Amino acid sequence: MAGWAEEVRLPETGAVVRLTPEHKLIIGLIEEGARVMDLGCGEGDLLLALKVLKKVRAEGIELSEACIQACVAKGLLSVQHGDLDEGLADYPDKSIDYVISTNTIQVLHRPMVLIREMARVGKRCIVSFPNFAHWPVRSQLFLKGCMPKTEKLPYEWYETLNIHLTTIADFRDFCRKAGLTVLREIPLRTSTSGKSAEVRLLPNLRADTAIFILEEAKPPSG
Amino acid sequence: MEEGSVGIVETKYLTFAKPPNELVLECGRPLGPITLAYETYGELNQAKNNAILIVHALSGDAHAAGYHHPGDKQPGWWDIMIGPGKAFDTRKYFVICSNVIGGCQGSTGPSSINPQTGRPYGLSFPIVTIRDWVNTQKVLIDHLGIEQLLGVAGGSSGGMQVLQWVVSYPDRVRLAIPIATTSKLSAQAIAFNEVGRQAIQSDPNWREGDYYGKMVPRRGLAIARMIGHITYLSERSMHQKFGRKLQDKTAYGYNFLTDFQVESYLRYKGDHFVKRFDANSYLYITKAMDYFDLTQVYGSLEEAFAGVQAKFLVISFSSDWLFPTYQAKEIVSALRRVHAYVIFTEIQTDYGHDAFLLESEQLSSLITNFLSHGWNQKA
Repeated sequence: MAGWAEEVRLPETGAVVRLTPEHKLIIGLIEEGARVMDLGCGEGDLLLALKVLKKVRAEGIELSEACIQACVAKGLLSVQHGDLDEGLADYPDKSIDYVISTNTIQVLHRPMVLIREMARVGKRCIVSFPNFAHWPVRSQLFLKGCMPKTEKLPYEWYETLNIHLTTIADFRDFCRKAGLTVLREIPLRTSTSGKSAEVRLLPNLRADTAIFILEEAKPPSG
Repeated sequence: MEEGSVGIVETKYLTFAKPPNELVLECGRPLGPITLAYETYGELNQAKNNAILIVHALSGDAHAAGYHHPGDKQPGWWDIMIGPGKAFDTRKYFVICSNVIGGCQGSTGPSSINPQTGRPYGLSFPIVTIRDWVNTQKVLIDHLGIEQLLGVAGGSSGGMQVLQWVVSYPDRVRLAIPIATTSKLSAQAIAFNEVGRQAIQSDPNWREGDYYGKMVPRRGLAIARMIGHITYLSERSMHQKFGRKLQDKTAYGYNFLTDFQVESYLRYKGDHFVKRFDANSYLYITKAMDYFDLTQVYGSLEEAFAGVQAKFLVISFSSDWLFPTYQAKEIVSALRRVHAYVIFTEIQTDYGHDAFLLESEQLSSLITNFLSHGWNQKA
């Protein structure tokens, strides 16, 4: 979704990173000095921003060799070339403060497995995804009877990598089934200029993107 | 960036462990005196914090970069990576490479004279291990006055030495670059080593290793090298390079002379190797590789890495079937469990295990960036 990102110059080094509206919101959610892992970290823009702005210990996993090269060029020294569908078995329980996955879960073969792994490894998880119940998506299917194509979901059905698209309503339900507590939902209306606004009224209809903050549900006490 | 050569270089020698202060090897036997052949490129800075140790693989030597004399056509074995403007940039870093003991290119090995007998050691040379190699390299580093290496880097059995360095001397290495390597050889890799050794030992000229000054077991060593070479290439790269092309002919010869280009290539590689390598050293070095097993010594790979302080750049090659990617992932997985900083990537290539010795934009840019960011970032 390169078109949705805005170039931001970071302090100190003056490095320029491309941040999406979700990235900017997520940066605001993270405490200074946290240990953060970005799953599907791409070229490492979010991680570098977090490292510079929030002094986090930044780790990433990414499928593309070229992206790993770009991360190393940015000075990110803890990035793994790997397939998220293989899971996070190497990480002990609650060893990471925030496990982040932006705009990635819909391409996974087994999103349930990975998100549960995220919640096991991370004290908190931050998951963002395009909302498939956004009204332009609904209207294309309803009025035209066509597979929806939007600025956020620009691919033809036969070439899309998005095999597990979801909606805000479905994701809430999913979290309950996966044993996850939703700490906060941030439904967003984003724009190509990289700006965003939280949608308070009818979020599942009006938000094109959602960020969920999750944690593993605590077993009932007593 | 402009890339250059380190130019004319000279092999230097350090001798230590003179009797009665022999070094006791991992096998329990003493060895001394020990000479290490080594070369250095670039300048050690005042703070002595820009030194990188390059560790070589099976058939490598101390001559990693540059030329030995003005007419020299063959540069050092990793010249593509070491030099001004290259990955190991000698304008910034002081690069050191030494020959392993048990080898035959200037460091003490089975072809060296045993001072007690005045004759070459042959098989009386003690078995050496990767740990022994690293311990002798550490003597060299101490001798050069370097408290902490900026980096240790190497491929294949060089990568094993990198791993041993961070385990044996965790506070002496800041950046570790193990490439195309493993924490222990697979049964298949040991098997190939053993076939190579058997080829040497079944050569009638081998004479239990006591052939110095006589006919050397050149057939055996050449065959060992031919087998090795097959394992260093991928099926695909061999197919692309040779296919079924015939050598200097248009039709089959219907005899046992050379028909195919691949046969000619392997024979050339074998014959060429015999000119520069000692058969006994081949036995000792392959044995050192076979014995290497961090899990066996420390209980588990995690235990082995428990105290590591270095940051890691672990690289594997997609078509390497001798040291496959899953073995690199085992290393990465253990390092992750001990919370080490690790960059891991599998480089897509058809060139097989030997890819680490070949020109590669991906490999050199990874190393360049890792070293420069690793150097700048404290702790």
